Amino acid sequence: MSTAMVEITGVHKRFGANEVLRGITLRVAAGEVAVVLGPSGSGKSTLLRSINHLEKLDRGTVSIDGELIGYRQRGGKLHELTEREVLRQRGAIGFVFQNFNLFPHLTVLANLTEAPLAARTRNRAQAEAKARALLERVGLADKESAYPRQLSGGQQQRVAIARALALDPKVVLFDEPTSALDPELVGEVLDVMKDLARGGTTMIVVTHEIGFAREVADTVVFLDEGRVVEQGPPAQVIDQPEHDRTRAFLAKVL
Amino acid sequence: MSVSARPVHLSAQPEAADLPVVPARHPWRWVGVAVVLVLLAQFVHGLVTNPGWDWPTFAEFFTSGTILRAVGVTLQLTLYGTVLGFAAGIVLALMRLSHSPFLRTVSWAYVWAFRSIPLIVQLIFWFNVSYLYPKLGFGVPFGPVLVTVNTLDLFSPMGAAVIGLALHQAAYAAEIIRSGVLSVDPGQREAAAALGIPRLRQFRRIVLPQAMRSILPTAANEVISLFKGTSIVSVVAISELFYQVQVIYGRNARVVALLMVATVWYIVLTSALSVVQHFVERHYAKGSSR
Repeated sequence: MSTAMVEITGVHKRFGANEVLRGITLRVAAGEVAVVLGPSGSGKSTLLRSINHLEKLDRGTVSIDGELIGYRQRGGKLHELTEREVLRQRGAIGFVFQNFNLFPHLTVLANLTEAPLAARTRNRAQAEAKARALLERVGLADKESAYPRQLSGGQQQRVAIARALALDPKVVLFDEPTSALDPELVGEVLDVMKDLARGGTTMIVVTHEIGFAREVADTVVFLDEGRVVEQGPPAQVIDQPEHDRTRAFLAKVL
Repeated sequence: MSVSARPVHLSAQPEAADLPVVPARHPWRWVGVAVVLVLLAQFVHGLVTNPGWDWPTFAEFFTSGTILRAVGVTLQLTLYGTVLGFAAGIVLALMRLSHSPFLRTVSWAYVWAFRSIPLIVQLIFWFNVSYLYPKLGFGVPFGPVLVTVNTLDLFSPMGAAVIGLALHQAAYAAEIIRSGVLSVDPGQREAAAALGIPRLRQFRRIVLPQAMRSILPTAANEVISLFKGTSIVSVVAISELFYQVQVIYGRNARVVALLMVATVWYIVLTSALSVVQHFVERHYAKGSSR
């Protein structure tokens, strides 16, 4: 197994009295696709949001390509990074939201160039060239001057995926990317994600699309009540689960 | 039930589908229009025939140099009050929305204080502040004073009026901007944060342009109300439109005609502001339709 691109160690998170994550440990190697399954309220989204530090951790660490996210280790203590430093780190972590969260007042092209221009990693011409290449890749080359509301849900989510790739992230996180879509639009988004997976993008995907997990995932992780119940290749976790809770969940969604 | 069993009923339906549609009639609307037109005609007739309106005097003063200069002062007060008020309002709104309890409290206290004090009281206070503090010194707190200025130089009548209007306006602008920011889907800021866009740029490029849609109608209201509200400044003897009109009718006793001079100017300029509002709103509506 190659070195871990994403390393999550002993992560805890509580909201008030509700402990959402109770010690999650997970490794995703470079180029791998991990699919996280689990019932509603199991902590899947919170886990994803703690990876890019949208949620602060109560305990535990997340590191991407060896770099600790949100903290600096010094003298046996974890020092919280400033917001500016965390924002810079997020360039390495693409995030695709359930509700797309495209910027409605900006054109598709401007949605894709906003982050690179803010980060000053590319000038405008370079950022636009990169954006056009990404739109080509998600099959929306002709939509660059459209506004998000003029697109279908599936097209919007494909734009959102392209936007997440615009900073050349080391890993892309997907938070139920097809849950807000009409059934006939799910396929086009999953196709783009499959294409990314084949291209060697490291991905962590929270989804209820078992078919996608079986076809694309290297690792399937089943989460329940803030803990990893079991993980392994899809043939094992989906087809021959060891735990009753996994079996009960799969019986409902399959 | 078979189709052939009831041929008559079935054949009746396509006929109804082909009939022309007669829109519903609204006779009372026409009655209302007629009543309003008669009242309007009476009003216009009165304006023209009643010599009390004194249109010759109106015409004499409407575009006179004194009045035009006074209109200029009114516009200046509105401009400074709006620009300074909204600039401070943005800062106050950002403070109120920040994570820092200190900044939030300061902003809250400012809005509380300046919404509580009547504008007219504030204006008279700033106008008279030089009685309270004849000289202002800047230096080390409780230590040596480095620079001293005459308060009267800093708070000229115009300066006092601008400061009063701007401080007052800032409190209201802060709340308008804050409500606009709160109306933007939190997912927008989250998406910007996930993309690593710096905080200030998130606000300037992502949140504020979307907040503008709900800020603008209320902000335009504020600007228009400030524009007419500048007439309050007449209490500190600044020769803005309303003060000037009072001075003139104090001399020639043509009260109605001169009030009409001021009124028509207020109407004309408010209309112009409404036109500007329309175009600014259209600019910020980009991407809002399919």
